Amino acid sequence: MRILVCISKTPDTTAKIAFTDNNTKFAEAGVQFIINPYDEWYALVRAIELKEADPSSVIHLVTVGGADAEPVIRKALALGGDEAIRVNVDVADSFAVASQIAAVATAGGYDLVLTGKETIDYNGSAIGGMLAELLGMPYIALATKVDVAGGTATVTREIEGGEEVAEVALPVVISCQKGVAEQRIPNMKGIMSARTKPLKVVEPVAVEALTTVHHFELPPAKAGVKLVSPESVGELVRLLHEEAKVF
Amino acid sequence: MSVLIFADQSEGHIKKAAFEALSYGAALAKNMNTTAIAVVLGPVSADGAAELGKYGVSKVLLAATDALAHLDGQAFAAAVAQAATQEGAQVVVFPHNPDGKAVAPRVAVRLKAGLVAGAIDLPDLSGGGFVVRKNVFSGKAFAYVSVTSPIKVISLNPNSFHVQAGDGKAEVVAFAPDAVAPRVKVTAVNKVSGEVPLSEAEIVVSGGRGLKGPENWGLVEDLAHVLGAATACSRPVADAHWRPHHEHVGQTGLTIRPNLYIAIGISGAIQHLAGVNGSKVIVVINKDPEAPFFKAADYGIVGDAFDVVPKFTAAVKELKGK
Ligand SMILES: Cc1cc2nc3c(=O)[nH]c(=O)nc-3n(C[C@H](O)[C@H](O)[C@H](O)COP(=O)(O)OP(=O)(O)OC[C@H]3O[C@@H](n4cnc5c(N)ncnc54)[C@H](O)[C@@H]3O)c2cc1C
Ligand SMILES: Nc1ncnc2c1ncn2[C@@H]1O[C@H](COP(=O)(O)O)[C@@H](O)[C@H]1O
Repeated sequence: MRILVCISKTPDTTAKIAFTDNNTKFAEAGVQFIINPYDEWYALVRAIELKEADPSSVIHLVTVGGADAEPVIRKALALGGDEAIRVNVDVADSFAVASQIAAVATAGGYDLVLTGKETIDYNGSAIGGMLAELLGMPYIALATKVDVAGGTATVTREIEGGEEVAEVALPVVISCQKGVAEQRIPNMKGIMSARTKPLKVVEPVAVEALTTVHHFELPPAKAGVKLVSPESVGELVRLLHEEAKVF
Repeated sequence: MSVLIFADQSEGHIKKAAFEALSYGAALAKNMNTTAIAVVLGPVSADGAAELGKYGVSKVLLAATDALAHLDGQAFAAAVAQAATQEGAQVVVFPHNPDGKAVAPRVAVRLKAGLVAGAIDLPDLSGGGFVVRKNVFSGKAFAYVSVTSPIKVISLNPNSFHVQAGDGKAEVVAFAPDAVAPRVKVTAVNKVSGEVPLSEAEIVVSGGRGLKGPENWGLVEDLAHVLGAATACSRPVADAHWRPHHEHVGQTGLTIRPNLYIAIGISGAIQHLAGVNGSKVIVVINKDPEAPFFKAADYGIVGDAFDVVPKFTAAVKELKGK
């Protein structure tokens, strides 16, 4: 089986969120970048598990981004995967990224394309679906379990208040979240071998973005917490009822 | 010319998130001086479809076929895109729920439309623009996204737009989308019955490691029960299997925006806050006055959960009993 895992780079979960250039750019100075947790913990680790079960499988990683995305994709290679492809273009919007990945996926002929549920910076939850449409493949969003046997994927996905199990013939695009796999820590052997794994840089296809971020804004600071004594819990209930009017 | 809203159903009933999307689409249509039309795929009755007029749509395209009872992304996207073309839709609105997340990106590609995924406000149309606010950085900031394509697709974040219900009735028109060979076979649907789905809940009661063990969750459940709330938990609680995974909220779990979020014995780590800081009102119960959660809270009690929560439950019961 040929597996493609889509890897994006995001600021560390504890990074300070601030903007520069008149609130049009994320302030990257001093920020540590990580592999988007959904891509790493769930999509990539599940791909590695599937390859452990069927060693004839091939795992390719793809990232769309400038040279500054390389440390993150190397880190992903340290966890697993046979080779990585970087599409050498800055991220414009979801459609542009999906179009770049679609070009890589078409060239590579994959049976299974895994993405994370969403990036923790843009929170689009969109690229997997766009990619699937561009490739003419089915797409299962928000998977919590992914099994593959005999050319069919059996996928459990989140629905409101529960789960749905579906069967779909390969090839398929699946977005992964908690449940699909368990986080792994790269070991020394993985880190060493990642240095020599191929990292191909390909040039982008021509595509126009359909959206742009006009500007960013930070939420207004909270007014401050109103503390109620544990002796007068009834007062809290009154405030929630009469002042906040939430029930 | 129109605004088309995808109103998704489950077991023949239109979902709550769709009511929000319908109200949003109707308000947008008004701002654009055009009409709002809904498209419903799956076995919904004509009466049920006509009811959607309450939310401000004048017409409902109804494809009441069992073939579309369960989500098949390709079939659904083809049908919605066909409806959009037929009705000359300038904007297509989806709920940003599991089905919306599966279908909206596909429809955007089909219509060569820019997508704003997870919108939280109506578009700003001033100066001929189309700029929509959405959450980014997991609720830590907002982005104002400008859509530059002629057709636009928006998926609306749950609990971001008030349902506005009047008493109109919509004209129901049978809609027969071109057949698309099904690719996805749904073999099981497992719903946690009798509980409020977390993503749709207006009130959420959430517990963390401060509750010491799964045997103490009765505290959380009792309070949730009297409030008609859903229950949630922090990540370590789900990792330790004290609670099911689908209750885990935060950066790596579910992002929720209820009207009221009550956090019990949760420290308020930045990754936890990322999933809940869009909540309108946050109440924190924690025995440590230095717990970071108090900085993000509107109301708080510094105290022992085992003492405070039963009192809280009793006080709500008393209030509701009146
Ligand atoms: C990349 C990454 C992603 C993460 N994603 C998430 C995520 O999505 N969601 C998430 O929740 N976490 C996430 N975490 C973990 C997060 O950093 C915290 O470790 C976690 O949220 C802590 O859970 P907690 O508040 O339940 O436990 P603790 O931090 O142990 O806090 C327990 C709290 O309970 C209080 N307490 C103890 N006893 C009582 C009592 N009797 N009465 C009242 N209060 C009491 C304590 O004062 C304390 O504040 C992530 C971490 C990383 C590194
Ligand atoms: N620049 C990128 N390069 C490769 N894959 C990406 C990129 N951005 C997003 N993805 C993938 O698409 C998923 C969804 O992203 P999003 O739609 O932005 O929330 C992520 O979890 C990644 O798997």
